Amino acid sequence: MRDLSLHLMDILQNSIVAKSDRITVKIFADGITDNLEIEIIDNGEGMDKEFLKQVTDPFVTTRTTRKIGLGIPLLKASAQRANGDLIINSSKMDGTCIKANFKISHIDRLPIGDISETLISTIMGSPEIEYELVINNNKEEFRLNTTEIKNKLDGVSITEFAVLTWIKDFINENVKHILGGVLNEVNS
Amino acid sequence: MKSIAELEEIRKKTLGQISMRNSDDGMRVVVGMATCGIAAGARPVMNAFLEELNKRNISDVKVIMTGCIGVCRLEPIVEIIDKDGSKVTYVKMTAEKSARIVAEHIVNGRVCVDLTIGAAE
Repeated sequence: MRDLSLHLMDILQNSIVAKSDRITVKIFADGITDNLEIEIIDNGEGMDKEFLKQVTDPFVTTRTTRKIGLGIPLLKASAQRANGDLIINSSKMDGTCIKANFKISHIDRLPIGDISETLISTIMGSPEIEYELVINNNKEEFRLNTTEIKNKLDGVSITEFAVLTWIKDFINENVKHILGGVLNEVNS
Repeated sequence: MKSIAELEEIRKKTLGQISMRNSDDGMRVVVGMATCGIAAGARPVMNAFLEELNKRNISDVKVIMTGCIGVCRLEPIVEIIDKDGSKVTYVKMTAEKSARIVAEHIVNGRVCVDLTIGAAE
């Protein structure tokens, strides 16, 4: 994967396949501790203990685990390359929480990429799910919730091009505002 | 700074347009969005379809995502499913090719044979 937003998109697909109806994405960047954290929390089917053990190993994938495949191992590799790691918590029926962290200044840390494009593509693909995006730099926080947007839209579909474009601009503006100066690839 | 209040305006604007549309049984554009597709560049392809369709004011074509279609080495893969259920599979897609497919296949009904899986294999 070229950037973290593509990893995010990949993991979001797992949550969708696991029949989640609420997915939260938290991006936490702290310049002082030099730590970037991306957390994806869903309320889908979850995984049992056995499955959870196998999930970061691309080579144990069997037919039943094929829906996971390389997505999680690749993210884990990207995190470890940047002095970080990947943690998964999951239990059957409760949903899954995946957290990857990265050392911001590490030369091998992938750039954050286009978070807004990932979000609108995912909303477009599965609009019935409630998405929440939280971006935090330890001083300020940005929060976007699609249910709130849907309520405002009252009857107009969230997949209307004008709405998606607005969401995209809204996210971009806040990514710049919150992550600019913390991640050096984001111009503030 | 943008604020969520702006949605009200977008709502009013789009409500007027929606009434003129009949959306349910049009063509479908299915983009493969598994790990393989995303890594090969499916996201810009999907967005190119959205933008191109909007530019041409086509609203009865649905762009949807699916998992791994099964031929990872030919990703990004896009399937165009017609109203009658017939399917054309385009492989090794790019944003530029998406624009061409919208113009030739979706608007004019001419399949871009040179971009299909049949031409690639």
